[in-house]
Amino acid sequence: MIGAGHSGLAMSHCLAARSIDHVILERGEVAHSWKHERWDSLRLLTPNWLSRLPGHRDDGDDPDGFRTMPETIEFLERYARSIAAPVHTHTTVTSVKPATGGYVVSTTQGEWRCRTVVLATGACNVPQLPPVAAALPPRVRSLSSQDYRNPGQLEHGGVLVVGASASGTQIAEEIHRSGRPVTLAVGEHIRAPRVYRGRDIQWWMDAAGVFDDRYDEIDDIGRARNVPSMQLAGSTDRRTVDLNRLTGLGVRLVGRIAGVTGVRAQCSGSLRNQCALSDLKMNRLLDRIDAWATDHGLDGTTPPPHRFEPTRVEDSPPLAIDFAAEHIHTVVWATGFRPDHSWLDAPVFDRKGRIRHDGGVVDAPGMYLLGLPFLRRRKSSLIDGAADDTRELSDHLIRYLDRSAVSVETT
Amino acid sequence: MSTTQKPVDNGVNVAALLDARKALTDAPAAAQFTWRAKCEWVRGTHSRSTVDGFFGLGDEQKHRSKFTFEADHPEVFASEDMGATPVEIVLVGLAGCLTGGIAAVAQNRGIQLHSVTATVEGGMDLQGILGIDSDVRNGFDGIKVTYDIKADATPEEIRAIVAQSQKRSAVFDVITNPTNVTVEVR
Repeated sequence: MIGAGHSGLAMSHCLAARSIDHVILERGEVAHSWKHERWDSLRLLTPNWLSRLPGHRDDGDDPDGFRTMPETIEFLERYARSIAAPVHTHTTVTSVKPATGGYVVSTTQGEWRCRTVVLATGACNVPQLPPVAAALPPRVRSLSSQDYRNPGQLEHGGVLVVGASASGTQIAEEIHRSGRPVTLAVGEHIRAPRVYRGRDIQWWMDAAGVFDDRYDEIDDIGRARNVPSMQLAGSTDRRTVDLNRLTGLGVRLVGRIAGVTGVRAQCSGSLRNQCALSDLKMNRLLDRIDAWATDHGLDGTTPPPHRFEPTRVEDSPPLAIDFAAEHIHTVVWATGFRPDHSWLDAPVFDRKGRIRHDGGVVDAPGMYLLGLPFLRRRKSSLIDGAADDTRELSDHLIRYLDRSAVSVETT
Repeated sequence: MSTTQKPVDNGVNVAALLDARKALTDAPAAAQFTWRAKCEWVRGTHSRSTVDGFFGLGDEQKHRSKFTFEADHPEVFASEDMGATPVEIVLVGLAGCLTGGIAAVAQNRGIQLHSVTATVEGGMDLQGILGIDSDVRNGFDGIKVTYDIKADATPEEIRAIVAQSQKRSAVFDVITNPTNVTVEVR
């Protein structure tokens, strides 16, 4: 197993429960990404109760709260200890190659041979910057959401935040409140209220089965896997950090950054439609939740259905940003991540460099993938999604070991 | 008792479109298209453009017939008004693209359309093209498209079709995002 995050640890639990001998190779320590690649104020986007790892129920004393990063790290370390996960820390995998009967895994601490390999290094390894990022004027500092820690590391003056998903909206709010006026470039985004009809939106999504939508049953899985993260924030006051909140604070919205020439960035004229699409999508989710609530007799006991104010967009949003004239010294790219499987030396990649797999069963014998968006279910990217995915994939893995053992004996 | 539901027919062959999508996913080279137009000056501001062939699916393709577009300026500009102004033709392109998209998206979602009417308006300050004020751009200062749609669908479903059509529209993208344009003289 490669990677000691929540997915790898959950898989370890499933394999240990079936007495399958395994190790977890980890470049740093347990929960490495949470320790080193997140900004300071970030909290999990999911309430504490919604991190049900297999063999471990631990909501803490605040099940409806949202874990800070230190709390998340502690939570995962506690889990690793409770399941006695065989983690080899500070062991960076340098290559995985097919070999007779399995794979050879080279690491900075020597070589391993295994019959099966589980890739659990996560979905958020490399910031995915759009090509226009390279064209920024030299005096403008460019950093990704992975480099960003807090507003104090930024120069005074204006900041352009690109991307309006969970990271972009939270970072925009925090920077703007630090006194650095923020312009937020908005492309495709998924708006969602933190609380709806008295419950956390993710309580509804869990209860109504939205999180359980399966990869082999929904319309267009390729599209579903590319949908940006929901515009949610974890906070002590459970606030919704949507575009209306941000414009209320004084953040300026512009369309997607379409090009940069000299000291000017051009913004797409599609902002209004991006917001309309997002409002429509949110309302379809709320419709589904309302229908489920009615079917399950909750209408009498929960506040009635309602809809949120549509996203406010000014009549003529700016189509250009002049970095010099507007004193914008920093751009923060919150434009998503891609996984890094550059160490994987096997013919399993499609033409866009993504691993070919069927619900985590990679197109190579005995190779498995975990923790990518919509891997097997809508919740696959959540800590809470690991339980179902690792249960099913560990079943598959064990069947594979049994089958390949039989074929070895008969040859 | 049984009811027969009339099949939804907006005149869009969605099955063929979905097949094409699948085929072009597997053969991305065939998805490379080049669209062309020819334009000939007639007289004054009047020009005549024709559209005939294009390249796509790895080969030269032909329209069923040659299409002709007259472009001119109106009489208030002291022209002879032999055709639509080029900027109006841009509006026609946007409306045609969005409306075609609406039919296709509706068909794909199983929604019967009865009528679709778009009104397109593009505002322009002529101080730009006349060189009166260099702070005014030549092009539109904004475009407003208003749809009246009758369909077997809720207002919300209709709004979703219109939004999706913009998301997938080539002309909407051409107008809302910059494109490198190279003009050469032989």
